[in-house]
Amino acid sequence: MGITRRQFFGWMGAAIGSQVSLHKDANAASNKHFTGYPGSMGVLHDISQCIGCRKCETACNKVNSLLPPERPFDDLSVMDQKRRPHANTYTIVNRFDQPDRQLPVFVKKQCNHCKEPACVSACFVKALKKSKTGAVVYDDSLCVGCRYCMIACPFDIPAYEYDNPFTPEVTKCTLCQPRILNGQLPGCVEICPKEALTFGTRDELIQIARQRIKNYPDRYVNHIYGEHEMGGCNWLYISNTPFADLGMREDLGITPAPQLTSGALAAVPVVVSLWVVFITGIHAISKRKEQMAADEKQADVGRVLKSEQARLTETVAKLKEKAKEEKEAAVKREVKKALDEAAKQARKTVSDPKALKTPSETPHTENQESE
Amino acid sequence: MAHPTCQTKPVVFTPFNIICGIILLIGGVITILRFTKGIGAVTNLDDNNPWGIWIGFDLLCGVALAAGGYVTCATCYIFGLKKFRCAVRPAILTAFLGYALVVLALHYDVGRPWRLPYPIFFSQGTSSILFEVALCVFLYLTVLFLEFSPAAFEWLNWKRARYVIGKISLVLVIFGIILSTLHQSSLGALFLIVPSKLHPLWHSGYLAVYFFISSIFAGMSIVIFEHLVVDRFLHDKIDEEHDIESRNVALGFGKTASFLMAGYLMIQVIGIAIDNDWKYLGTRWGLWYLIEMIGFVGLPAVVYAIGVRERNLKLVQWTSFWTILGIILNRLNISLVAFNWQLPLGQKYFPSWMEVMTTVFIITIGVVFFKVIATRMPILHAHPDYPDDH
Amino acid sequence: MEPDYNTLQEFVTHTKGVAYLLIAVALVALPVFWRFLTDRDDKKRTF
Ligand code: SF4
Ligand code: SF4
Ligand code: SF4
Repeated sequence: MGITRRQFFGWMGAAIGSQVSLHKDANAASNKHFTGYPGSMGVLHDISQCIGCRKCETACNKVNSLLPPERPFDDLSVMDQKRRPHANTYTIVNRFDQPDRQLPVFVKKQCNHCKEPACVSACFVKALKKSKTGAVVYDDSLCVGCRYCMIACPFDIPAYEYDNPFTPEVTKCTLCQPRILNGQLPGCVEICPKEALTFGTRDELIQIARQRIKNYPDRYVNHIYGEHEMGGCNWLYISNTPFADLGMREDLGITPAPQLTSGALAAVPVVVSLWVVFITGIHAISKRKEQMAADEKQADVGRVLKSEQARLTETVAKLKEKAKEEKEAAVKREVKKALDEAAKQARKTVSDPKALKTPSETPHTENQESE
Repeated sequence: MAHPTCQTKPVVFTPFNIICGIILLIGGVITILRFTKGIGAVTNLDDNNPWGIWIGFDLLCGVALAAGGYVTCATCYIFGLKKFRCAVRPAILTAFLGYALVVLALHYDVGRPWRLPYPIFFSQGTSSILFEVALCVFLYLTVLFLEFSPAAFEWLNWKRARYVIGKISLVLVIFGIILSTLHQSSLGALFLIVPSKLHPLWHSGYLAVYFFISSIFAGMSIVIFEHLVVDRFLHDKIDEEHDIESRNVALGFGKTASFLMAGYLMIQVIGIAIDNDWKYLGTRWGLWYLIEMIGFVGLPAVVYAIGVRERNLKLVQWTSFWTILGIILNRLNISLVAFNWQLPLGQKYFPSWMEVMTTVFIITIGVVFFKVIATRMPILHAHPDYPDDH
Repeated sequence: MEPDYNTLQEFVTHTKGVAYLLIAVALVALPVFWRFLTDRDDKKRTF
């Protein structure tokens, strides 16, 4: 934990430091045009020259101290099947029979040591690196074994030691990096009996390739495979047969791999910053709304309560008023009635003394009266 | 490698426990094989197909289906829809277990699992999308653990710890949403780098957006579906409030998911138009793509809508299951089926039975843990001391 | 040695590394600024 944290801060420091010290290079980098390491090396594979002897496979096996193959290298029938590099084989030669020609075409396959390698871009621990020599090299002391590099490689190159339980590694051609640093040729180039493999700086190789195509326009397809594919490779190919017929995809495009993901990566810090702003904002708004709703509710309740009460008092008052009026009217009426009655009574008593006994007869009397 | 025993209750040999026991036993044997004989001994992976169902299903689907956690938190605490509160704890528990299992599955899949912390602490490959995924998953697992912890603290009756966590809960929620946005979308962005290997109908510059949007309705669907399951098997643990509110949750999430799916369908069409991939629609791959988009996004969206309009809870719940199948189909299509589409059929990957069994084993561990935790801690019911668990 | 970017890969690794550090900055600075922005608000909490 102590170490890891120290390393983490070390990394942070380094990143900040390098950013600060960048100043004068910042402009150079900001036009975002990258031409690769100057003088980086590569190999030109002239497919028209390859005779399919598998000597390069033999040499590769030897210089990389790989295990001996199941079937010996001089057994050419292994080429009956299309192969690809595997854990114990960094390079293979495939045979492509041509229907309209007598001789088959042979193509050597290995890591193309891309200028902007997809595998390097994909590795999340920097176990793969593009080195200044041009080689794409692998550091097994960092590799976690996620195999994203294998997913990413457009040429299907990296392989994995699936049967190694404790120290499985990603394996692929190293461009013989140790030998290059020693001033030697890559094993496969050194042994090639024909002019099928040429080692040199990438710039030179492109010149050579152009020259050959120019000198023998009838022999070569006018295309240097690897000059622009996926942003360009340090391993280049020229051929007498269309590449598409040789299992080499021509639809890869020229976008370098890091470009494919850098947009998504660039969105990350923006999303974080804006999400902090938006989410905090939305939360504040909904809190505020809640508060407002609560306030309003309270106010509403108050208002309703008040108006209810007012209406109630009013009604009560009105009712009272009405009751009073009614009562008064009733009283008045009664009084009047009583007075009238009394007056009638008085009159009647004078004429008919019986009427006094039964007040129920009064209407009758009244009727009589009205007559 | 964890080998959790099923619950120790008076009745040990319930059918549930027996089946779990058998699966865990087989899983244990495969685990030993994997870590002594290597990945090759148990999987059908090869150099052309470096990722199998441990990535395609366990990682991609696992993370998408664990999206319920952040979606529910956002709905409840950020958008302030308090009626979703009863769904928060089950969703967080599921998400936490989901992510824990994703990380467990990764230990099987990567070659040297003990180096999994390397990208975070040791050597940062910042140009890689996978670096971002690793960083976010690591941080989010921590956040989910903290978000889940109140339930554990209530159960343990650690009042002080519960109080402290309660104080930072909002920060955790916000952080969780940000992290989820990032890595849900980054899982899609992982495939940006392979335009030549992934079929053009599935490869798009919008991959990251597709993954993010689909994770939202995946999360909502899993919350709806989870309640159906929990209701059937753990009914006695659900208190009344949860029971009533879950109906509102299902209808609310069903409605949102339906509309999101309509939008998702729209941006899929836009993606095809932007890349001018119309010509592929007439091919066999096009048919498969249309089956995914219409059969597993368009139709469920419509059925969701019908279910919501008619207040038909059962229909909404079963549609959620349908939607989940659609998400799984989408993730498997991108990582396995439409990946390496130009490879001859004979070289395509198909999982070995041991890979499938390992996945079943890992899911079983999740189910057992869910059951053990949900029957003990206040997940599906409120704790008496904290009826208003905010 | 001055970093001199010959490849896009190097450039991206570096710039995205800086971007990750800025994320950390954003995560600290923005909430602090929000506090500054709102802490005179009336007593009812908004954060
Ligand atoms: S060919 Fe593949 S393995 Fe080789 S550098 Fe390019 S991307 Fe990497
Ligand atoms: S398998 Fe190793 S080298 Fe390849 S991307 Fe993963 S960590 Fe890097
Ligand atoms: S350059 Fe070296 S490692 Fe690569 S194929 Fe040739 S011999 Fe093998």
